[in-house]
Amino acid sequence: MAKGSIVAGCIAPHPPHLVYAENPPQNEPTSEGGWEQLRWGYERLRESLSKVDHDVLVLLSPHWQTYVGTHFLGLSHFEGLSVDPVFPNLFRYEYNLNIDVELSQAIHDKASNSGLAVKMMKNPDFRVDYGTITTGHMVNPAFDKPLVVISSNRSTDYYSVEVMQEMMMELGRVTREAIEESGKKAVILASNSLSHRHFTTETDVPEDMSKEHIASHAMHLWDMRIIDYIRTGQAQRILDEMPEFTEQAIAESDGGGLTWLLSTLSVPDYPGILHGYGTIIGTGNAVVEWPCHSHEGGSQ
Amino acid sequence: MNGSIVGSYVVPVHPHPLLVPEKNEGWGRIRAAFDEARNAIKESGADLLIIYSTTWPSIIGHQIQADPNPQWTLVDHDFHDLGSMDYSFNIDAEFAEAWNEANHNRGLQSRTVAYHGFPIDVGSVVALKLLNPDNAIPAVIVSSNVYANRSETTVLAKACLDVIQKTGRKAVAVTAMSMSNRMFTEFIEPSEDRIHSLKDDEWNRKVLEFLEEGRLEDVAQLSRTIHQQIRVQKVVTFKPMWWLSAMNGNRNNLTGRILAYEALHGAGGAVVQLDPTSTGMGDKEYDEDDVEYYKGERNVLSADEDATVSEESITPSTGPALWEPPEGKGAVNSKAAPKPVGMYPHARQVGDLLYLSGVGPRQPGTNTIPGGPIRDGEGNPVEYDIKAQTRAVVENIARILEEAGSSMDKIVDVTSFLVDMDRDFAGYNEVWAETLGHYGPTRTTLAIRALPTPIAVEMKVIAKI
Ligand SMILES: [Fe+2]
Repeated sequence: MAKGSIVAGCIAPHPPHLVYAENPPQNEPTSEGGWEQLRWGYERLRESLSKVDHDVLVLLSPHWQTYVGTHFLGLSHFEGLSVDPVFPNLFRYEYNLNIDVELSQAIHDKASNSGLAVKMMKNPDFRVDYGTITTGHMVNPAFDKPLVVISSNRSTDYYSVEVMQEMMMELGRVTREAIEESGKKAVILASNSLSHRHFTTETDVPEDMSKEHIASHAMHLWDMRIIDYIRTGQAQRILDEMPEFTEQAIAESDGGGLTWLLSTLSVPDYPGILHGYGTIIGTGNAVVEWPCHSHEGGSQ
Repeated sequence: MNGSIVGSYVVPVHPHPLLVPEKNEGWGRIRAAFDEARNAIKESGADLLIIYSTTWPSIIGHQIQADPNPQWTLVDHDFHDLGSMDYSFNIDAEFAEAWNEANHNRGLQSRTVAYHGFPIDVGSVVALKLLNPDNAIPAVIVSSNVYANRSETTVLAKACLDVIQKTGRKAVAVTAMSMSNRMFTEFIEPSEDRIHSLKDDEWNRKVLEFLEEGRLEDVAQLSRTIHQQIRVQKVVTFKPMWWLSAMNGNRNNLTGRILAYEALHGAGGAVVQLDPTSTGMGDKEYDEDDVEYYKGERNVLSADEDATVSEESITPSTGPALWEPPEGKGAVNSKAAPKPVGMYPHARQVGDLLYLSGVGPRQPGTNTIPGGPIRDGEGNPVEYDIKAQTRAVVENIARILEEAGSSMDKIVDVTSFLVDMDRDFAGYNEVWAETLGHYGPTRTTLAIRALPTPIAVEMKVIAKI
């Protein structure tokens, strides 16, 4: 069997507003658009990924929150209705997706062997979280490629960002190993925004772009700092500053996705492509791709 | 009507007592305590169950469930291997809507949710399935806002009490919450379950001792300390005690009973009954300000110059009652204008003339006052912006004229009333010049002692149609 590889690693944020703004048939509420900068960013990401052969999307979502270990969707098919608990007015989405259970199990087993608490989720009534569905939709609206879906372990809440990073670096390492051994080509998706200070009110017309801006100057500065590291190939500095970034920007990186992503990519020292940046109810969001296929030769 | 809280309960949020009570003796005892609470609620003659759930976090203010019959199959994010939870609840949507409106009247950001498939949280599902299995008592569920502080949470309870009193309900208040909430972060066998640490256990017992003595307000005032000591910092704060104490009039003389206290995957799970009957154990020693209206920062979307005063744009609900404007011959009423404070229409047409009732700055729907009210809920004067108020008056006039088929350029005569001529004439006059002045109606401006709502300006208009 040929060695598998990670062909791209992406930051792929999941605010339901983006799906709402696209008016896809799966989503019941309708909009007049909005958040175009980010949606065009996703368009560029889809275009870029369409040129790279891949078999599976491996995703970690901060909205499947588990306190007891890291969990993996462990059945081959899930479908149902997803209603966002915070923005039910924007997101009521009929999802239908397939899971690469074999690869999920392989990552699970390796993680277990290296001492992480892990569990396969095999309850057929389980509702897939809206972060997974939103990111899944924005990257691949047809949902015609199988996913591996990994929960967000809340070790930041319980311990510290440092403990979270240790666990997520290990999870990232075994994710990469399992992919390489599987012979498959994978795209890694960290379903993650950057700064995460929300507005606490909503406009009458949610897509009223005259009201959309970053929550504060400090949040903007943090977003630009992280984006600068991304664009100049300094991923290690993102990891180094993760505790400060997570605390001061109230960043969704507390869910571990960003650390895990960088670990799967062996902490890239080449630039990530910034496909788009924009704010959503005040939070900072970047659509980013590290095109590993052209830096790692595909078969290292 | 005279509604009241006939009982209060604290219940845990984990699914174990519902799904697998037989797997651990402690979980079984929690289940038995739920059963005991259910019987007591039944005997109390309660006609409403109100759940405040910490496992339903919200960001845009508080959310209130208003789907009359939500149905779904819930699976816990962590404990999915314990089984699925089918539910079908009887929600009092009318009460939910009234509470939502009462929240707005007290300055809170709030909305109802009524969508098929809305994910009702595990704490609410466990509480309702075990306390109200046959749906005999209609229920409402409110979220726990992650940013809400003590005053916002207290005002949320007071708004709920407004509706209970108005509708004469006999309500039971329930907080779905853990005591100490640190779980084991590894998988354990059911037989291995215990409170995560001795420190958590000691604090839990102290809190339960207070509750057993009926000292609910003391626990509420210790909320921040308790959170620091035995709670995982970023999960949910110990704020449900603020809500529950306010629901009970912030008292320390309730009659408390601990029905169970056990470990649930390391967290402290307790079923506590708080009877409103006074034990005379002692009264509250209130060391924090009581609060009736929420005036905290909520208007973060507004980037315009009025953002600073609009924080105060809250209408005290102590003002006169609002009326539906009566229909009658020649009456013109507009949904886009604020409701009257008496039985009169917005305007009345006679021949080709339109006579408007006095128009103030109150906003239709929300009843807020742009530029802020001139008095707070206690009647103390507060800073306000006369220009913003005057502009709002002119906008309300325009809406009523439009509804009647007239317009600003057809205004013939205006009588203006100011409650503080010295302070406000200049600002009022400036806005006049920018707006109505262009159309050239005649004008008379009078100083008067007061207006029926806490506003500074009102105008009486006659226009052609
Ligand atoms: Fe999120």
